Amino acid sequence: MTDIEKYILRIADTTLILSQRLSEWCSKGPSLEEDIALSNISLDLLGQANGLLEYVSKLNGEISPDEYAFKRDEREFYNFQICEIENGHFGDTIIRQFLIDIYFKLYYQELEKSKDETLSALATKSLKEVSYHLRHSSNWVIRLGDGTQESKDKIQKSLNNIWKYTGEFFEMDELDKKMLKEKIGVNNKTLKKDWDKLVDETLIKAKLKRPEDGYMMTGSRKGIHTEMLGKILSEMQYLPRAYPDAKW
Amino acid sequence: MQEQLFQKKIDAEQKIEPKDWMPDGYRSHLIRQISQHAHSEIIGMQPEGNWITRAPSLRAKMILLAKVQDEAGHGLYLYSACETLGISRDELNSQLHQGKAKYSSIFNYPTLSWADMGAIGWLVDGAAIVNQVSLQKTSYGPYSRGMVKICKEESFHQRQGYEIMSEMANGTKEQKEMAQDALNRFWWPSIMMFGPHDSDSPRTGNAMKWKIKRKTNDELRQDFIDKTVAQAELIGLKIPDPDLKWNEERSSYDFGEINWDEFWGVVNGNGPCNEQRLNHHIKAHEDGEWVRKAAKAYAEKQNS
Ligand SMILES: [Fe+2]
Ligand SMILES: [Fe+2]
Repeated sequence: MTDIEKYILRIADTTLILSQRLSEWCSKGPSLEEDIALSNISLDLLGQANGLLEYVSKLNGEISPDEYAFKRDEREFYNFQICEIENGHFGDTIIRQFLIDIYFKLYYQELEKSKDETLSALATKSLKEVSYHLRHSSNWVIRLGDGTQESKDKIQKSLNNIWKYTGEFFEMDELDKKMLKEKIGVNNKTLKKDWDKLVDETLIKAKLKRPEDGYMMTGSRKGIHTEMLGKILSEMQYLPRAYPDAKW
Repeated sequence: MQEQLFQKKIDAEQKIEPKDWMPDGYRSHLIRQISQHAHSEIIGMQPEGNWITRAPSLRAKMILLAKVQDEAGHGLYLYSACETLGISRDELNSQLHQGKAKYSSIFNYPTLSWADMGAIGWLVDGAAIVNQVSLQKTSYGPYSRGMVKICKEESFHQRQGYEIMSEMANGTKEQKEMAQDALNRFWWPSIMMFGPHDSDSPRTGNAMKWKIKRKTNDELRQDFIDKTVAQAELIGLKIPDPDLKWNEERSSYDFGEINWDEFWGVVNGNGPCNEQRLNHHIKAHEDGEWVRKAAKAYAEKQNS
């Protein structure tokens, strides 16, 4: 696998696994409108994953997008661990989405400048979707934070629990550095300042307390994950794995 | 007097609108029918939702997710149409939860393989279209307009379902078995979707007079069977009815006796998934209570 292929897989896997998680909400939302909204976001992310995997597949020339999605093992997935965490209650899902939406927005804004034209075009397309997702998630953060005492307590706890998964957004490993140098990739470190600012803006409106940066989860860039990924994959990949000769 | 004017309008094929006078029986019939239709869209999300996380390709996952989302949209649209008759969504929801309102019994059967996604799209959406095409001409304006909009999407669903079936029926040995098995399990429940025979359907008379329904249960069922048999043959699947036979005289298929004991059993709560479907819906509603409360409290703060 070439460097750029691996680099794109990181984004593709993050969108794919997050989409998979969100799709679990189907028919379980707090209202019909929210059910539709969460499916919508899941569908957008799946579209993004599909576009990225098609590109990796084209670069690779041998492995199809479906094979990337359905035939790799845990250690070959490079998504951020934040996507793997369980949906929990609606507030947990909203916080996870909010933190990652801001990251996506900033990341795609930078990726748009990539000298790789396909990546740049995919970033532009995704950016539109992500702005809508962010509006949705931040509105809910504010409503739940400034709603009832119960909702405030709940979502503050979600925020405190999920915070440790955000460190991975801003890491720079050798591959990131190389892609940055080649003007293909993004400088993740510099995203942190704006990310902090955007997070704070909404948290203030929501009357929520920003957690301290403490211990941060790490490892996804090397294919290290939470134990939850294995279960996600065994569900997601079951049919193509059980019937390797079948076309669907 | 009012009643005569009302009937005159109906007979002249004019639509009844929410503010128009209408007999109580017309209103209650519509509320029952539209809410049942809306609940069916919503409960129907569950058997298909059951396979979203296991869809076998990226494309299949996108199509299924979008389809189930469409169904949620149909539900939303129909609830709004129902609300024009003077009943709230909360009330409709609680009727469902108390078991007072029904939904289509087809969704009380489990989805056991990926082929069931094909069977549901092909047969269940297919049956829904036959019914809904005729309802496009229903006499109540908001319901009729809703049907026009919904029908377009349902025909997409039907084609997508048939595509899954066709691909599986022409796939590996296992896939073919799954496809035939899905057809075996969903065929009879699908033709039961049209409801009891006209002779056993006490409300048909008024519904036809008021032009809420434009075709009877038996007419619709026959339409569906006639157009579906050829589709099954085309992909090499066998309809599980030994009595199915082309009737030259009627230019229609004769078919075997429907198991009405099973039909009424499932309608009255004794189907394989009745309890599960309703409990799932109630649980989602209860789990979301704090969220809805928070949204309301927040909105009130903004207005004060
Ligand atoms: Fe529908
Ligand atoms: Fe449908």
